[in-house]
Amino acid sequence: MAVSTWQPILAPVPDAAPTPAGLIALHPGYAPFAGATLAEDPAATPSNAALTASLRGLPAVDAVGVERRAAALASRSIKTTAKAQGISLAVSMIDLTTLEGSDTPGKVRSLCRKAVLPDPADPALGPVAAVCVYPDLVATAVTALAGSPVHVASVATAFPAGRASLRVRCADTADALAAGATEIDMVIDRGAFLAGDYATVAAHIAEVKRLCGGVHLKVILETGELATYDNVRRAAWLSMLAGADVIKTSTGKVAPAATLPVTLVMLEAVRDYHALTGRRVGVKAAGGIRTTKDALRYLVLVNEIAGPDWLTPAGFRFGASALLNDLLMQRRRLTLGSYVSPRDVSVD
Amino acid sequence: MPTESRSEPVRVDVRKTCKLFINGAFPRSESGRTYVVADSRGRFLANAALGSRKDARDAVLAARAAQPRWWGATAYNRGQVLYRVAEILEGRREQFIDEVSRGEGITRARAAAQVAESIDRWVYYAGFADKVSQVLGSANAVAGPYFNLSVPEPNGVMALIAPERPSLLGLVAITAPALAAGNACVIVASQAHPLPAIGLSEVLATSDVPGGVVNILTGSASEIGPWLAGHRDVDALDLTGVADAALATDLVQRAAGSVTRVRLADPAEDLTRVPGLGRLRFTCQVKTVWHPIGT
Repeated sequence: MAVSTWQPILAPVPDAAPTPAGLIALHPGYAPFAGATLAEDPAATPSNAALTASLRGLPAVDAVGVERRAAALASRSIKTTAKAQGISLAVSMIDLTTLEGSDTPGKVRSLCRKAVLPDPADPALGPVAAVCVYPDLVATAVTALAGSPVHVASVATAFPAGRASLRVRCADTADALAAGATEIDMVIDRGAFLAGDYATVAAHIAEVKRLCGGVHLKVILETGELATYDNVRRAAWLSMLAGADVIKTSTGKVAPAATLPVTLVMLEAVRDYHALTGRRVGVKAAGGIRTTKDALRYLVLVNEIAGPDWLTPAGFRFGASALLNDLLMQRRRLTLGSYVSPRDVSVD
Repeated sequence: MPTESRSEPVRVDVRKTCKLFINGAFPRSESGRTYVVADSRGRFLANAALGSRKDARDAVLAARAAQPRWWGATAYNRGQVLYRVAEILEGRREQFIDEVSRGEGITRARAAAQVAESIDRWVYYAGFADKVSQVLGSANAVAGPYFNLSVPEPNGVMALIAPERPSLLGLVAITAPALAAGNACVIVASQAHPLPAIGLSEVLATSDVPGGVVNILTGSASEIGPWLAGHRDVDALDLTGVADAALATDLVQRAAGSVTRVRLADPAEDLTRVPGLGRLRFTCQVKTVWHPIGT
């Protein structure tokens, strides 16, 4: 097979980046990713053949190795002061989420209050990173969060299936932006991705990113539907190439949602992409993370795979709702010295 | 053909690993610890799991999740399920007699009497399940045009510390009333004689009592007790098995932090006698409702 004729899109790799040449020499598939993102260069429209060749050039994921590594890292014991620090960090990384058909303005307002002050008994804790809602409730959240550092994230682009035309998906995004969203969570077209139509997936992401401008764009891969770790790695690279600021595991509407091995593969991708281009892309694990123990495992994974530079709200996020209550209960358990009741924290 | 004397193959005993009973399953202790259970003359009987504070935490979580369903079942149905427990206990009498007599070092006759009394006690409380509200509740006369009704409701999650002796009857005497009233329980079994408690957990697992309604931990009451007493999701604490005054004081102080109801051990109480209403009363809280007449 002829290797792609498609060349790095804009500028060559900056000198400051840590030896991307080494990566490219090892894995020719990395080469096309070294330029600017597709969103930054509207003229660049790589053919599907070129994208396919690039993505297929990525090294295959060692599935057994990834699962073993994730399991080994999950067995670390985090106790006492380290645990307290991890809990505070995890709280600051939460995108407090409500994505139900039954969401009301009242529920969003109470969620916003909780986002600003997660534990009324302890004003030193929080706030969380963002509140995540459907586009029609963005305005409510913006009003409720006025003057606070909490971002308003909105799912858009025909969430959660993404089964709509690009025109509709863009209109959905524009609505959310007009209402004041400061972060957009978009879904990729999994049907197109699985059919091998990478160009369409990339074009949609680039188009939405152009619409967002400076607003943070999180691209949801919905790894539960991608079937293999190789596909997760390809989707991650494709999203970063197209212009994603954060890559996100799941919508939370499909099982399995976030898992440790999948997050590990995505963290490797953002680490390698940063080494290659100098651009730091974040990761968001969403869906199914309910306990403090789970959250601490993810933090260990971030630290070990991507590095401590990603241990910030910009580098890593949790998409969750029930998780916050468990973090608050565990935090109180550490200070009180006895186990806490779920009745001691607010009901969402 | 020469006759050859062949000895019968020696059968290897299938030894039982005694485990905890949490959420309808039989896990080992989260801590991985065990302790040796000996009979009255110090001979090895079994290895039992030495429960830890995390086992207690898991048990409370399971009990809290299971309690609404148990309380939500009709009182009549709760009675039927408890009666079925008695039926299965009856079928396993020999096993319990054996465990009680070897563990406590009493004669088979006395052990048989204890087992029979335990089964009778269980039936006694099974019958009470749909009579609690009639016996403990009331329609009160008040100075106004109101219906005034006092209704007993279960505490919720109860932590019970079983007495060391009688090992089976003591356990049954504190557990059955809590279940009849609609509570879910976390029980710390007799440390020296846990085998009847482990047998009871197997009976409960096969008798339609929903998983998590009864959770039985084996191990040290002085180790697990403080965590249960301080646990803010435990609604009532039965210290029948705590004879040590210092430990009891500590547990009561911890329970006070979350306003948990406590019943202390009563030295005058004879568990072998047919009980009064005291135990049943402790398993309930009375809610009084006022309702205007004629509207």
